[in-house]
Formats: sequence, structure tokens, C-alpha cells
Amino acid sequence: MTDALPKWADILLIPLINLILALVVSGLVVALIGKDPFEALSILVTGAVGSAYGWGYTLFYATNFIFTGLGVAVAFHARLFNIGGEGQAALGGLGCALVLLYLPLPHWSLAIIAASLGAALFGAAWAAIPAYLQAKRGSHIVITTIMFNFIASALMVYLLSRVLIVPGAGGSPETARFVESVHLPNAYDVLPWMGFSRSTPLNVSFLLAIAACVFVWVLIWRTRLGYEIRAFGQSEPAALYGGISSVRIIMIAMLISGALIGLMAINSVMGEAERLVIDPVQGAGFVGIAVALMGRSHPVGVFLAALLFGALYQGGGELTFEMNGMTREIILVIQALVILFTGALDNMVRAPVERAFLSARKRPRAPLPTNPVEPGGHSDEKKVEP
Amino acid sequence: MTQRPSQGEAPLAIELRGISKAFGPVQANKDISIQVKRGTIHGIIGENGAGKSTLMSILYGFYKADAGEIYIGGRPTPIPDSQAAIDAGIGMVFQHFKLVQPFTVLENVILGAEDGKLLKPSLAKARKLLTDLAREYELDVDPDAVVEDLNVGLQQRVEILKALYREADILILDEPTGVLTPAEADHLFRILKGLRDQGKTIILITHKLREIMEITDTVSVMRRGEMTATVKTAETSPEQLAELMVGRKVLLRVDKTPAQPKETVLEVRGLRVIDDQGVERLRGIDLDIRAGEVLGIAGVSGNGQSELLEVLGGYRKAEGTIRMNGQEIALTGSASDARMRRMQGIAHVPEDRQREGLIMEFRAWENVGFGYHREERFGSGLFMDNTALRTDCEGKMARFDVRPPDPNLAAKSFSGGNQQKIVLAREIERDPDLLLIGQPTRGVDIGAIEFIHKQVVALRDKGKAILLVSVELDEIMALSDRIAVMFDGRIMGERLPSETDANELGLLMAGMTGKPVAAE
Amino acid sequence: MDYAGLIQILDSALRLSTPLLFACLAGLFSERAGVFDIGLEGKILASAFLSAAMAAYTGNVWLGMFAGILASLMLATIHGMASITFRGNQLISGVAINFLASGLTVVIGEAWFGLGGRTPQLEGAARFGELTLPFADAIRGIPFIGPIYADLLSGHSILVYVALLCVPLTWWILSRTRFGLRLRAVGENPAAVDTAGVSVVGLRFAAVMICGLLCGLAGAYLATALSAGFVKEMSAGRGFIALAALIFAKWRPWHALGATFLFGLLEALGNRFQSLELLGITIPTQFMQALPYILTVVILAGFVGRAIPPRAGGEPYVKER
Repeated sequence: MTDALPKWADILLIPLINLILALVVSGLVVALIGKDPFEALSILVTGAVGSAYGWGYTLFYATNFIFTGLGVAVAFHARLFNIGGEGQAALGGLGCALVLLYLPLPHWSLAIIAASLGAALFGAAWAAIPAYLQAKRGSHIVITTIMFNFIASALMVYLLSRVLIVPGAGGSPETARFVESVHLPNAYDVLPWMGFSRSTPLNVSFLLAIAACVFVWVLIWRTRLGYEIRAFGQSEPAALYGGISSVRIIMIAMLISGALIGLMAINSVMGEAERLVIDPVQGAGFVGIAVALMGRSHPVGVFLAALLFGALYQGGGELTFEMNGMTREIILVIQALVILFTGALDNMVRAPVERAFLSARKRPRAPLPTNPVEPGGHSDEKKVEP
Repeated sequence: MTQRPSQGEAPLAIELRGISKAFGPVQANKDISIQVKRGTIHGIIGENGAGKSTLMSILYGFYKADAGEIYIGGRPTPIPDSQAAIDAGIGMVFQHFKLVQPFTVLENVILGAEDGKLLKPSLAKARKLLTDLAREYELDVDPDAVVEDLNVGLQQRVEILKALYREADILILDEPTGVLTPAEADHLFRILKGLRDQGKTIILITHKLREIMEITDTVSVMRRGEMTATVKTAETSPEQLAELMVGRKVLLRVDKTPAQPKETVLEVRGLRVIDDQGVERLRGIDLDIRAGEVLGIAGVSGNGQSELLEVLGGYRKAEGTIRMNGQEIALTGSASDARMRRMQGIAHVPEDRQREGLIMEFRAWENVGFGYHREERFGSGLFMDNTALRTDCEGKMARFDVRPPDPNLAAKSFSGGNQQKIVLAREIERDPDLLLIGQPTRGVDIGAIEFIHKQVVALRDKGKAILLVSVELDEIMALSDRIAVMFDGRIMGERLPSETDANELGLLMAGMTGKPVAAE
Repeated sequence: MDYAGLIQILDSALRLSTPLLFACLAGLFSERAGVFDIGLEGKILASAFLSAAMAAYTGNVWLGMFAGILASLMLATIHGMASITFRGNQLISGVAINFLASGLTVVIGEAWFGLGGRTPQLEGAARFGELTLPFADAIRGIPFIGPIYADLLSGHSILVYVALLCVPLTWWILSRTRFGLRLRAVGENPAAVDTAGVSVVGLRFAAVMICGLLCGLAGAYLATALSAGFVKEMSAGRGFIALAALIFAKWRPWHALGATFLFGLLEALGNRFQSLELLGITIPTQFMQALPYILTVVILAGFVGRAIPPRAGGEPYVKER
């Protein structure tokens, strides 16, 4: 019974405990390989938020994770587990790059709209096939989306090394640089007084990510479509009874999911790299899973979790430089543990917390009334908690 | 009615002393003491949620009691798990069978009671024992049949065989006749009497007074987690038991005037359904329902009633024709059909409200718009109007006496009766021409049953057509103006309640044709 | 292609299908008991790393193998705790385990060896050697049959033969023993097992542990027999491909042998023909590399026959009244 917990405990306390558990276990791993976990933590925190430089990267990564986290969250609402974020984001990068390479766009404001369409469309398209197979043939979307990650990676290698590669430019598998006119204003351009360096990766896509949060909130909690997505996610038989088409919901939810994830390319490909490189995603698709789980699939939660993971990624990068023999993959460990504790071992954390709340509340309450049954009385097992 | 010779001196098979069990704030069993004599059939009766099943689950080691002791054969016997219950000689036949569907009967019987690590010797031994048991107790069933191919009556026999194979002395049956035809139930009772006469002790949990009166020697009544009385069956009456169950006098009849049927609202012709496995579930159904009447569909569950409701509700594909107010309606079973049905004036209170009728995690106010969430009154354009939903919900809760009247509570937090009232309010207040209502009072307390029955009758009196599907024959008899009996995907016959009785309907429910269709 | 070439490809297919076969049988035990395991991949990876690390450290491949199995068992324990004890989401648990393995193998590998996540190259007794079956050399000369025995069946590491033996063994356990009966029952209807007085938790844990053991063998084979050391992400989706093969095999041991061999063959062909000319069109290398993944999707799409999974699969068992 989730009613056993007050709302604030459900959305703040439990994720916090999960995060602390994940950090403690990762700290043990760090200690196990003979390093000082407290030193690592301090480097991590300083690296992430100790300077404008750090903040620039933290928020840049967070932007990526907001997009992928929102994408995973929308799919979660329809009870679909989209782990194809890597592939969808890569294809989003392709769509974004094609638009910027081949359409004559005079100004970045126009370019960001066109590129967003391209990125969203390609991301959605890459989610469409697994979605269709799930909706029509019942193929397990978890495995098909993973397979599409592998297929996307092969496709990207092929396109970048054979098709889109710039002849005579040293042979590295990447496209040409986008033209200067589509350069997105970064934090240095917009907020020069904040101390961001000229090369900071943080750019206006961060605002696009916030807009995406608002969009998802309205979609899920305020539209008829969102209502149908949630209803379908909660109970498929009820959706059937209620005239909600499972094929339609699976397709739409996955297309929106893929589109949101694809939009990540606006930040990473258009905003930072300004060309398409061989792996433009760098694991952000997978981080989206942890972000969505930790953010309880709510846009506000996703935003906060994305900030946290942005900081972890930036801080983790610093760890590699600052600590000998330490790699940034420690972040992957933290990420895995967050997924494990919030998604799979939730009951382990939740049950004791619920018990604590229940016993704290029990004392002031009078014993259950034993008045006779009346019409409208309820003698069923499922009692309402006063 | 069975009467046993006096057994005042018979030793006790089971004695429970002061058993209590709470789930969170809910006290499911409160200080329950009971004595069951060896070689008797002991009934435990009580309405839904009275705590019968909890008590039996404690006895079978599924739950651990908070307080109290269990004595088996006079010795205190703690039962921490099912294995301990089996060791103590207790066998349990659950309401929902615990069988492995793709396994054979033999495999199911030996599961958990194998001799040794290899299967071969166990199977050989079980085969021999099964043959003996079958002969002794009318428990014939092919040991090599795969369970999923057996009908429910035979599956139940497998459950009993499982218990006997484990040398159970005490057999507990939880609502055993819910899925059986009257004939199958009679056969079961013969088996049970045979077992009793061999010295076994039988505990029968049921909410059907008729069964208690027919077969038990002693009966205990439970109400709201407490044991209110234990009496000799021969010394009590159904009326007295009903009063003990509910705590006040109840009307077992529904007050209603004769129906005033008008024009035909729904016309069903040659309806056929073939399911995903290729099994024909409906084999040519013809039905008419007129405005201002209740057509009751009687039948043992699983004979096509659910499929009929699903087709009429628009979410199952079918062949044939259906006319609603003279207009032919689509039978493709796609989501648009289900939405169209609502626009065509068909409302549907589904059989399983927790699976279909409600989104259990949604709040009450979100649920009052479910199925109608695309209508103008609940929003405009792409958006939903949550305020309109909340206001609507408050009104419905007041008019249908939903308790507690809090629109913000999740559906799962309401009792069965109040959940049903939310669904009923949603469907009835849409002002449909035809109301489909399946198992309206399943899992609903008696107080709410009265309320729901009155609503159905009131809707009929407003000149609406009602199709009622129920496995409770009493409910069908009480509410219907006409009764159609379904068996194996067919309508076996139609009767007027005044011109038929439970015996005749029982025969039809078992697939035996009686008299020709009653004239109207 | 000549006969010797064909034998060579089949030989390579057998090697490449061995880790898939171990993993597929691992998944079979777990899923027949009703526990989905997306985390085969992570267990293989963890075992590959620790077996290579231990083999490099001790110079003894057997110690390496046991260390690999131990790593896999530890992850299996986590999966068991999450999906059985705490009734968590089995898919999410599996995903977490995959990430955990990805992260830990590199973090620990870098700390131990400083080779960017690789282990040192394994040589001699630190690798599984090739076994020559009796009379292989004598029979080789016989036309047709000779090469099949001497070049295809003979000359593999012992783990290849262990994997092949696991197929009849699995079949026998499932269909002929008490444990197998109960294991199948718990995957179909755990309530039936529970009410029969047998522990659902115990059975499912046993299945998950067998799964861990077999994944451990898959990983050890990968790093110490098929390759000579661990490289980052060397499992390369084999855990997922094994799951697809399991569905293709309809959760049956003998079919699993066929399904995994098919994937092994595909990989062997991809390795052999880096780029293929078909009807005048050059098929790029990348397509050949993606072929196993594409085939997996095709199989899941049910274009090659539908299957009914164990009915209680993926659902944690909660007692109900």
C-alpha cells in the first residue's frame, strides 16, 4: 500500500535514501581498489559544481539527461521499458546533422527549429519499429530496443566511415563541421558575466530541455492522450474496456519517447560538437533510465535527477584526471546502483520506511470503530485509511 | 438436509483458540475460537470480507496469526508454513485451483510429495494410489490427462486427490461450488459425504446458505472478523443464519413491480465468437432486450457470458449482427467500437471492476470519467478538464452514497461495494438506453447489495433496457423479468421467473434442455 | 567454397556458439523457474573479466574459471534478492546488473592493471588449451567423415564439450528429476508449488544460481578460451542474443543447441566474409556485423514461429488468499 507514506517521503525521502545507498556502495568499491572514497567524493563535488567551468559541463550533461530521462519516463507511463535510448539518440544526431548539413539555414533560431524536427523525427523513427513489433506482434520491447542500439551503432559506423565522411580530411569518421551561422549561443554568449569560458558546452538547448519538461507535464497530466497513456500503463484490460487502443498508445508513447530522446542531439551534436561524430550519445540514453526511475517518471523529478547525474558525469570526468588509476566508469557503477536501488530493490528500502511511518502514526489513533454495518459501510479487506 | 447421529463424545479434529490477525489497520480475525469434531462436515459461513478465507489461510500456514493457538487432534500444533499444515494432515482445496496447467494429473498430484529425487518411481506409485482412490470415492480422472484440458469439475477432483494423496485427514474447501453446475455440485457433495463417512473431517467455507443447510453437520458464522455463533445445522434455519451473518434482518427479496416492456432496444442475431486459441466461445446467440425490462443471463461461469458482455461492450470481435435501436453496430472489437458503444447509448458495468471497470491506481475523480474521457463535458480539444471531473465525482459520491466521499482517494482504497458504486454511478448517470451489468454484487457486502439492486430496478422503471449477467441464481431470480440460460456458448432456453424454479434452471445450466421456450 | 572451407566455418561456428549455448541454458533455467533475466549479459561480462584477471594473476586458467563463476554468482545473488526476495522489477534489476558489470569491470581492471580496462594477454596455462579427441589424427584421412571428426569436433577447449554435455544434462534434469518437476512448476504456477509445501523462494534461488553458474562458464570461455584476455564490453550483446535464441528454442534444451548454433554460424560467416558481393551489390562489413542483432529482432517479431513462455515468468510471487 503506497498510501502508507506521505507524499513528500515518497518523492524525496526514498530517492534520497536510494542515492545515499548507491553512493555508499560505490564508496566501498573505491575503497576496495585502494583509493580514498572521501577524496574521490570531494574531487567529484568540486569538479562538478566548484567552478563556472564545472557548472557549464554539469548543466550541459544534465540537458542531455533531461531529454533522455523524459523519453524513458513517457514510455514508463505506458508501462513500456525503452532501453533503446542510445540508438534513438544516435539517430536523432543523424537527423539533426542531415538538416544542418544540407538545408541552407541563415540563422541559429531557424536552424534549431529545423534541426529539432529532424532530430525528433529520426529518434521517433528508430523507436517506431520496436514499438510496432511490440504493439502488433508482442515482441519484447526491452530486447528489441537493445538490439536496435547495436544496429544503430553499426549503421552510424557505416554512414560516417563510408557515406558522410569528408574526403581528404584525415579520414576520421565524422561529418563536416556545421556552418557558423547555425552555431547555438552558449552560456558565454548569453551570460558573459557568470564567468563561463568561451568554450563552455552549455548552450540554449538547456532552455529547450526545460520546455520539454513542461511539455511532458502537460501531456501526461493535462491532456486526454496523457490520461489514456496512464490508464493503459496502469491496466491493459481496463484500457480495452475503456475504448483505448493499445496499438495506438504503444505507438504514440514510443514515438514521443524516441522523439524526446532524439532531441538530445540539439544539445550534444548541434550545441557542442557542431558535427556528427561516431558516438554522439556517450551513454546518455542509458543514464535516462536511472534518471526516469529516480525522478519517479515525473518531469520535476526527472529534472532534478538529471541535474544530479549531470554533476556525477562532470565530477566523474574530473576524477579520471585527478586520481591516478581511477576511471570515469565509476559513474556507471553509481548509475547502476541507483537503478538497482530505486527500480529493483525499492521494496527493500520502502518497507522499513513505511513501517517507521506507520508506527509513528499508530500511537495517537483510536482503535478501529466497531459500529454495525450500514448501507455504504465497508466490511471488505481493503479499508480506507483515515 | 443431512442429519448425523449425536456425536457429543467425538474427539476434536481441530480446535482454534483465540486466533487474531490484523493487516495493517484492518482486523481480519478477532479472537476466534472454534471446535471441529472429527468425522463431521463443518460449515463456515459469512459474507465477503468476513474473514473466513483469512482464518483458513492461517490454518494452512499461509499467514501467521498475531495471537492464538491451533490444536490438531488435541495437541497444540504450530503451523508456520504449508508443509507443516500438510504434515498435520490438513488438505486444502482453494477457490482458485493451485494446479500447474500444462502438467498431467499425475504430475500435479505428486508435486511436492515425490518419493526420492527421480520421478519414475514416484509416478508409478501415484498411479496405483490414484486408481484406488478413484474407486473408493467416485473420484475418477484420467491420470495422464493434461490439466488444462480438463473441465473445472475434474480439476477440482485433482485438487481433492492431491490432498488425499498426502493422506490428509482434514479437508478444507473454500467456496468449492462457485464454478460448478448444480449437477457437479451434487456430485461433489456425494464425494464429501463419502469422505466424511470414512472418518475424514471436512470444513466447507461458503457464502451460500443452501449448501450449508444441505450438507453440513455444524455451522459457524463469521461476521466482520469475529465468530458470532456455532450451531448444529439441524437446529437452525436459513433466516437465522442470514441474520447472524449480517447482524440485522435482511431482505432476501427485491421489491419490484411487474415490468412494462416497450420497444425492442437490442436485437442480437446469430452471434458467434471464436477466441485467439480458435475455440468457439459463442455458438450463435439470438437475443432481444426491450426497454423497461431486465433480461437475466444465468449460467455457470465460463459458458460464454463474459464473451457476450465483451462483444456488446465493443471490445471483442464477433460474427453475426447486433442492432441497437434499430441501427446495426460494428463487431470488429477495435477500440473505436468500445467508444462508439457509449455514444450509441450502451453503458457497461463489467464483471471484474478491479481489472476492467476501474483503474485501481487512479483517484476516484479520474475514474468517474473513464471511458467517457473524450466527451465534451470532461474537457475541450486535446485537454481534460480536471475540475469538471472533480465536481462530477463529488455529485456522484453524494447521490450513490460512496464512502468515504473523498474524490482524491485512489480507487484501490475503497471497499468492494463502494468501488462498485463508483462504476455504477459512472455508467448509470450517463443515461444509457441499455445497461450491461455483469456480476453486480460479486465481492460486495450485503448492505451495498441492496442499494445496487434498487438502482438496477429503478433504472428499469425509468424505461431502460438492462442485460444482467450473474452466476448467482438467487440474484437472477430476484431481479430478472426474463431469464435466459447459457451453456457452452448457447442459449439453452428462456424462462419467466414466475414460471420456473431453481431446479429447472439448474438443469438448463448443465446443458440439459427442458421444456420449449416459454411464451411471453 | 570447398569442403575444407565449410568445415572451417562450422568449426568456427561451434566455437562462437559455445558462450551463447552456456548463456542460453542459463536463461533457460532461470526463465523456466519464472525469473526473467535480462542480466545474462552483465554476468557474462563480469565472469569474463574476473576469470581473465585471476588467470593472469595466478597463471592458472582453472582458478580463473572459478573466480569468473564466483563473480557471476555474486551478480546472480543480487538478481535473486531483487526479483525474488524483494519482489522487485526483474527487467530493471537485469538492466542494473548489466550496467554494474560494465562499470565495475573497467574500474577494477584499470585499478589492477592500468591497461585501459584490459587484462594482460593470457598465455600458456592461463588459457584453455585445445583438446585433441582420441584417434583424431588417425581418422583425419578418411574422406568426408574424417575432417568432420578431426577438424570440426576435435581440437576445442574442454568448455566446448562441457557446453555440449550440458544440453542432455539440462534435458534430463528438467524432465526426469524431482527438482526439474518443481522447477518447471514454479515457472508455471508458483502458488501450486507453495501450497504443496515447497519453497518458491528456494526453488527460484536455486534456478537463478544455476543461471549464474552457467553464465560464469560462458564468461570464462569467452575470455580464456575464445580470446586471450579481457577487453572492455567483450560480451558484445551475447547475453541478449542468448535470450532471443531461448525464445526461438521455445525454452527447450535441445532446441537451444540448434538456435545458438545458428547464431554462432552467423557470426562465423560475418567474420569470414568481411564484405560480401551479392548480385553485384557489395554488402558492407557493418551489415554483416549487425546481422545477429537483426536476426534477433526477426526472431522476436515471431516471423519464425511463436512460442508460449512460462506462464508465471517475470512476475514476483505474492501469496494471495
